[in-house]
Amino acid sequence: MTEFFQYVVVGLANGGIYATLALALVLIHRATGIVNFAQGEMGMFCTFIAWALITHHGLPYWGAFFLTLVVAFFGGAATCKLVIQPLSRTGELTVVMATIALLIILNGLAGWIWSPEVKFLESPFPLEVVHVGGVVMNVQDLGVIGVSLLCVAIVFVFFRFTRLGLQMRASAVGPATSRLLGIRVGLMLSIGWGLAAMLSAVSGIMAASRLPFDPNFMLIVLTYAFAAAVLGGIDSPVGSVVGAFLIGIGISLLSGYASSFLGTELQLPLALAVLMLVLIVRPAGLFGQVVVRRV
Amino acid sequence: MTPFGAEKILWRMLALAAVPLLVVLLPKTLGDYYNFRFALVGIYFIAIIGLNILTGYNGQISLGHGAFLAFGAYTTAILVSNYGVGEYWTIPIAGILTGIFGFLFGLPALRLSGVYLALATFSLATSIPLIAKRYDGFAGGGQGKTIALPSSPFGALSTNEWLSYLTWAVAALMFGAAWLLLRGRVGRSFRAVRDAPIAAVSSGIGLARHKTLAFAIAAAYAGVAGALFTIANAFVNPDSFPVSLSILLLTGAVVGGLGSLEGMLFGAIFIQFAPDWGDKLSKQVHYNEASIQSTVFYGLILLGVLFVMPNGAAGLLRRGRAGLARARGRYADRSQAEPSA
Repeated sequence: MTEFFQYVVVGLANGGIYATLALALVLIHRATGIVNFAQGEMGMFCTFIAWALITHHGLPYWGAFFLTLVVAFFGGAATCKLVIQPLSRTGELTVVMATIALLIILNGLAGWIWSPEVKFLESPFPLEVVHVGGVVMNVQDLGVIGVSLLCVAIVFVFFRFTRLGLQMRASAVGPATSRLLGIRVGLMLSIGWGLAAMLSAVSGIMAASRLPFDPNFMLIVLTYAFAAAVLGGIDSPVGSVVGAFLIGIGISLLSGYASSFLGTELQLPLALAVLMLVLIVRPAGLFGQVVVRRV
Repeated sequence: MTPFGAEKILWRMLALAAVPLLVVLLPKTLGDYYNFRFALVGIYFIAIIGLNILTGYNGQISLGHGAFLAFGAYTTAILVSNYGVGEYWTIPIAGILTGIFGFLFGLPALRLSGVYLALATFSLATSIPLIAKRYDGFAGGGQGKTIALPSSPFGALSTNEWLSYLTWAVAALMFGAAWLLLRGRVGRSFRAVRDAPIAAVSSGIGLARHKTLAFAIAAAYAGVAGALFTIANAFVNPDSFPVSLSILLLTGAVVGGLGSLEGMLFGAIFIQFAPDWGDKLSKQVHYNEASIQSTVFYGLILLGVLFVMPNGAAGLLRRGRAGLARARGRYADRSQAEPSA
């Protein structure tokens, strides 16, 4: 049983990384109506920025962390203003393609600027373990879980209790009405993209604190975060976070107990197959609302 | 001057005749290297015609078309090397089997739409290569499978010239079939399902039937393309079908112009050659040998194309044609107005 809980803790840490990125995907989907395939690469790029700030410019870890978040915010907002909004009138698929183009550009750019070799980011959390009732827990895992949950909580509080958050929710639900009420919908959209970029930066930096990273390290995180967002219901922030933790734990248990039988290859297909089964039963995700249309 | 006059039909037929003529003449003038790539363009062309039927005409997004391509490619490789079937016979077999696979996949996927469907197809694209890797006895594992390169049945043609003709002959057939399908009853039903599902159901069009049918047809096209892919490369392995291939195919379909069959020609050329354009551009900026930089330029080219022609090459062509017609109309107005003045 202790083994089980150990897998769960590892799963929760991974789940936290997926949750921040999945939340970013949901934010974008609610505001812009598309899946941003560049979301993971935005986080990857920010991770490289944080790494460069720490190793080349000698900033302390948390200083680099917050400076990177500021850069991420403006980078995300600028992406929205320069690429997404000009294309938004031309149809969803064109915008989706643009995010794929951004994915390719950011991926190449990171390799260009910082070389594609594997890098290490020192973890801000001590390399220690704590024992809780026989379960050995890594402090790093706990730190990642803590930071992710804190970010998720901040986002919820922001959207629920601030005026800006309310304005952003309003412009996502009814852009035309919001505009009539004097909300600057375009600006709200940019802020939303900025916030999403910050979340993905957190996701990337947390993922890099557990493993060595290269320009491709966020692609798999994006796959799981995408799956988490869809599992929870693509427009449901709560759902995406729950979905992310479910997927994190599920993957961890799967690789813990079934790896000898499945091999490394079948892990991802099996996880995705389970996900498909869930979706077939609940086509709008666990927390999604089935839209009933009146004919 | 009637808009649907004989003149317009004549132009259209000339344009339609020019493409096959070009295809017949081109392999003889291209070098061996370009002949092979020209064959690949033909393969992409077939695959994205299928994708366009699904996404462009039926409105279902597939992020996993590479999976169907892989299925067709593996069908051919396994039939040829495990069962000794003649390689050309495997082309229709791969098409039919992949079509059935697409139909079966389409059945549960029917309940999904939009991003949910995108994830379902995306999962398929990530899973198929991994599954092929796992079962190495049957599918060759990570090493893949090798078959003999076909030699040309006509002595005058080199292998690559023959491959070029073969793929483009199949492509022409598939293009014709798609054109016939889409201009008829089925095509109208597909578009109705895409544009107004509720109205379509009310007029007696089965949503489920037409959505799975579109999936099956799109898969069959990809299967044929996959079979040709194996024949052309004489080799198939899981790494030939990364997720990026599926995204590349969707890129081709969007850049070509969804909902236009002719546009797919440009889309296929874009898939094959845009990475090269990126490479050339990066070499002009940077003199050293640059492979990472070239992906940046490829992405920039893609973004630029999206900005210049958001509705694809077909959309640009349509706009150009409309502009021309307007200009001509204005000219006609003036020449009529002048004598009376």
